[in-house]
Amino acid sequence: MMDLGPPLLSVQGMTKFYGRLVGCRDVGFDLWPGEVLCVVGESGSGKTTLLNCLNGGLEPTSGSIKYETRHEGTVEITTLSEAKRRFLSRTDWGIVYQNPRDGLRMRVSAGANIGERLMAVGARHYGNIRSEAATWLRNIEIDEDRIDDPPSTFSGGMQQRLQIARNLVTKPRLVFMDEPTGGLDVSVQARLLDLLRGLVTELDIAAIIVTHDLAVARLLGHRLMVMQGGRVVESGLTDQVLDDPHHPHTQLLVSAILTP
Amino acid sequence: MYVAVKGGEKAIDNAHEILEEDRRGDLELPEIGVGQISEQLGRAVDRVMTEGSVYDPELAALAVKQAQGDLVEAIFLLRAFRATLPRLAVSRTLNTGEMRIRRRISATFKDLPGGQILGPTYDYTHRLLDFGLMAEKAANEPSGETDPSDAGDQKSRDAEGPIPKVLDLLDRDGLIETFEAGAGDEAGEEEVGDLTREPLTFPAGRDLRLQNLARGDEGFLLALGYSTQRGFGNNHPFAGEIRLGEVDVEIVPEELDFPVPLGEITVTECEMITQFKGSKEQPPKFTRGYGLAFGHCERKAMAMALVDRALRTKELGEEPKAPAQDEEFVLYHSDNVESSGFVEHLKLPHYVDFQAELTLIRKLRQEHDDPGSGSEPAAERAEAGE
Amino acid sequence: MGDGTQVRGYNFAYLDEGTKRSIRRIILKAIAIPGYQVPFGSREMPLPYGWGTGGIQVTASILGPDDVLKVIDQGADDTTNAVSIRRFFSRTANISTTERTTEATIIQTRHRVPETPLHEDQILVYQVPIPEPLRWLEPRETETRKMHALEEYGVMHVKLYEDIAHYGHIATAYNYPALVNRRHVMATSPIPKFDNPKIDRIPALQIFGAGREKRIYAIPPYTEVKSLDFEDHPFSIETWDQCCAMCGDTESYLDEVITDDEGTRMFVCSDTDHCRRRRDDGHAGPGEPGEDAPGDDNGGAGKGLPG
Repeated sequence: MMDLGPPLLSVQGMTKFYGRLVGCRDVGFDLWPGEVLCVVGESGSGKTTLLNCLNGGLEPTSGSIKYETRHEGTVEITTLSEAKRRFLSRTDWGIVYQNPRDGLRMRVSAGANIGERLMAVGARHYGNIRSEAATWLRNIEIDEDRIDDPPSTFSGGMQQRLQIARNLVTKPRLVFMDEPTGGLDVSVQARLLDLLRGLVTELDIAAIIVTHDLAVARLLGHRLMVMQGGRVVESGLTDQVLDDPHHPHTQLLVSAILTP
Repeated sequence: MYVAVKGGEKAIDNAHEILEEDRRGDLELPEIGVGQISEQLGRAVDRVMTEGSVYDPELAALAVKQAQGDLVEAIFLLRAFRATLPRLAVSRTLNTGEMRIRRRISATFKDLPGGQILGPTYDYTHRLLDFGLMAEKAANEPSGETDPSDAGDQKSRDAEGPIPKVLDLLDRDGLIETFEAGAGDEAGEEEVGDLTREPLTFPAGRDLRLQNLARGDEGFLLALGYSTQRGFGNNHPFAGEIRLGEVDVEIVPEELDFPVPLGEITVTECEMITQFKGSKEQPPKFTRGYGLAFGHCERKAMAMALVDRALRTKELGEEPKAPAQDEEFVLYHSDNVESSGFVEHLKLPHYVDFQAELTLIRKLRQEHDDPGSGSEPAAERAEAGE
Repeated sequence: MGDGTQVRGYNFAYLDEGTKRSIRRIILKAIAIPGYQVPFGSREMPLPYGWGTGGIQVTASILGPDDVLKVIDQGADDTTNAVSIRRFFSRTANISTTERTTEATIIQTRHRVPETPLHEDQILVYQVPIPEPLRWLEPRETETRKMHALEEYGVMHVKLYEDIAHYGHIATAYNYPALVNRRHVMATSPIPKFDNPKIDRIPALQIFGAGREKRIYAIPPYTEVKSLDFEDHPFSIETWDQCCAMCGDTESYLDEVITDDEGTRMFVCSDTDHCRRRRDDGHAGPGEPGEDAPGDDNGGAGKGLPG
C-alpha cells in the first residue's frame, strides 16, 4: 500500500449529551483525503448529532476533532475560534443540507448562489464569476439559460443539485452531507447519486454522508459506520459490512431492505 | 423666475402659531386645566407616565394637554424631558406584596386568602354610552362614600396585614419556578441595567427586557400578547394575579445604611402563570410572565406579562417559532417614540435620494425599451457661461 | 445668531456634560476603528428619532462656543428640518451659524456632501437612519455584528452581482456601500452614490450618528473609502444631460423641480450654498424653461428630460 500521509480528519472520543440524554458517545474514526464515509442508522441513532458536532453546528460535550488544513497544518476544531471555523466552512468545507432551502438563498439567482462562495473568498471579476457559475450549471446538468432564475423556480432535484454546486465551486476538500437524497423521489435520487459519485471522484473530495438508506451507502461510500443508540456498533469497508454484517443491528438493517 | 424654496424659518413659526390655535380650540369654551386632566383623564395620564418612564401625574397631564390628547406625542414630550434629568439613585425593589390594594383579582382560584377585590374596573360595565355625562354635571355624580373594600367579597383587611400574593401560594408547593434574590432582600439587591444609559445588546437580560417592555407601546404589546393566545407561540396563560394599589418607594442613601421612604406610587402588577411541559433539564412546572405599569394600566400589564413569558422561550429550551418569541424583533420594535419618529420621518424631504432613483429608473426603462443602447446615457454637457 | 438668547434651564448644547463626555469617548473609539459602528447610549432628544437625533447628539458633544455651525438637509440650508436643527443649536448653545460651507467649522448634514471641498479644520456630521449596510440582507443585529467581526462580506457582492445579472449594471443609486480603510463595510448614510467619491480620503473628519439605532461610526481624515464594485463593472456616478438652470454648473448634483401644471421640469443645484456662490461669482444658467435665459451661451442646455 502506498503512503497515505496524515488523515484529513481524525476524530476521537466524540461525545454529545443533551442534558441527561445521549446524542452520540465515544465515536472515533480517521478520514483520508478523497475518501467517502457513510454513516448509517435509524433515526435517533445519533448520526445527525455526530455530523453536526463535526461540522461546527453543535458543540460536543467532549472529544477531539483534528483537521489537516491546507496551509496551517493540523488544527483542533473543537477549540478553533469561531472566525477560523467559519472561514474553514466557507472555503475548505462544504455542508449539504437535507432540505435545499437550508443551504440556498432562495430569492437570489442560481448564478449568484453558485458565485457567492467565490465572492466570499475575494473573486471580483463579474465575467469570470458568471462563467464559472455557467460551467457548474452544466456540471450539474441544469440548463445554462436558468442562470438568472432563483432556485424557488426549480424542482426539488434541481435545487439539491444546485446546493451541491454552490458547495463544490470553491473546490473544498471535505463535504458534510445530511440525507442528501432525503426529500427526493426514487428516479430523481438515482440521478443525483450518479452525479454525486462522479463529482466526488473527479474532484477528489472527501465526504461524510449521513443516511438511513443503505442503497446510498452502497453506491457512494468507500467505508461505512453503523450507529445505534449514539454508539458506533460496526464499521469497515462498505461492501464488507453490507455483505457480511457481524453486529445484530447491522444484520437487522441489511435484512430490512430488499436484496437486488 | 424660479427661486429655490426659501422661508423655511417663517413657515415653521407660522405652523407653530396655527398649531397653538388648533390646540386651544373654541375660545368660547373654558380652557382645560392640568388638574382636570390628571383627575378626570387618569387612564391617559397613567399610560403617558408608564411609557414615558416618569412617575409624575402633573407633568404627564401637562404633556397630554400640550399634545391635544395624542398620547404617543405626550409620551415623547415626557421622555425628552426625562432625558435631561440626572439619575440620583436607584430605588430598592418595590415590594408589591406590601401593596395597599384597591383592586386584586385572580383567575386561577375561586377563593383565596385576601379574596377577590374588583375595585375600579370597566370589566362588568355594559359598554353603553352614558348620555348623562353629556350634561355639565352628571346626574349620578358619585357620592364619594363607597368604601373600596365594598367592591369585593371580603372584609377590610387592615387589621390582618398585607394580602399574600397568589404565586407565592403556588411557590409553597414547589409547583412554580422561583427566582434567585427575592424582592426586599437587602443582600440580594442586584445591579440592574438601564437601557436609557447603555444601548440594548443581545441576548438581553430579564432586567433590560422588562424595562423595555414597560416602556413599550401598549398597542404593540397587546397585539403580540394576543398573537401568543391565538397559536403564534401558544403558552397557555392564566391570569394568576392582577393587583392595583399604592406601594412605597425607598432608597438607601450611600451615607446611610437603612432605607429612606421617598413616597408612594400607584402601580398595576400582573403575574401570568403559564404551563411548562418540562425539558431535558427541567421538570414540568408552572412558569411566570411579569407585567408592571405605573398607575392603572391593566391591559398593558397583562400584555407585558404575556410577552415577557413568550420571550423566555430560549431560556426554557422551547423552540422559538412566533414573532412574540423573537427577542430582537420584539425589543427593537416596541418603543413608540422610536417607531413613530422613524415612520414619521418619511415626511422629511428625500428628494436627493429620490432624484437618484428617478435617474436610475429612467436609465433602466431606456434600456428596457431599447436593449441596444449603451448603458451610459449620453452625457454631453455644454460648458456653463463664463 | 449668537445673540445671547440661549434658552434657560438647559446646559450648553442641551445635553449635560457627563453625557457629552461619554459620547466624545464613543467618537474617539469610532475614529480609532474607521467604519466600525460603536454602540452608544443614545438619549431621547426633543426632536423625534429619525429626524437627526444621532447627528444632533454628535454635534452637541463636539460643539464649542467658538464653533460656527452649518446645517443642511438635501444639500440645502433652508429645508425645514435643517432650519429646525440650526435653530435648536442657536437657542441651546447660542453659537454662530452660517450657510457658507467655507466658513463653517462643523457641518451637520442629511443625505448630501457639500460640493465645496472640505478642509482639515472642518468636521462633517451625518444624520443616519439605518447604520447597518448589511441590514437589508440580514435583519438580525446579532448576526450582522458577527459578519462585520469576521469580515464576511461576500453577500454584499451577491447583491451587486444580482443587479448586473438583471439590469446589466449595478442598480444602487444611493446608500451605495463602501469599504472603509480596507476593513469595515459601511452605510453611506444615505447619500447619493454621486457623493461617494467626495468622502474618500478627504482632509475633514466625518462622523456618522444614528440616534434611534444607537450607533456612531467615523471616517478619519484622509481615510480610504472604496465603493464596492467588480473589476469589469467599476463604480460610476450618475450624470445629467442638463446643467443647473440657475448657475449653469455641469458638475454638481442636480435636483429636478416641476415648475408648472404641465409637468415642465428644470434642474437646479441641490447644494444651495454652492449655487449661490457661483452666481455671486458671475456664473449664470439658462433659467426657467420658457423664459429668456439670463446666460444664453449655454446653447439651451437644461431643457428637456434625460433619455
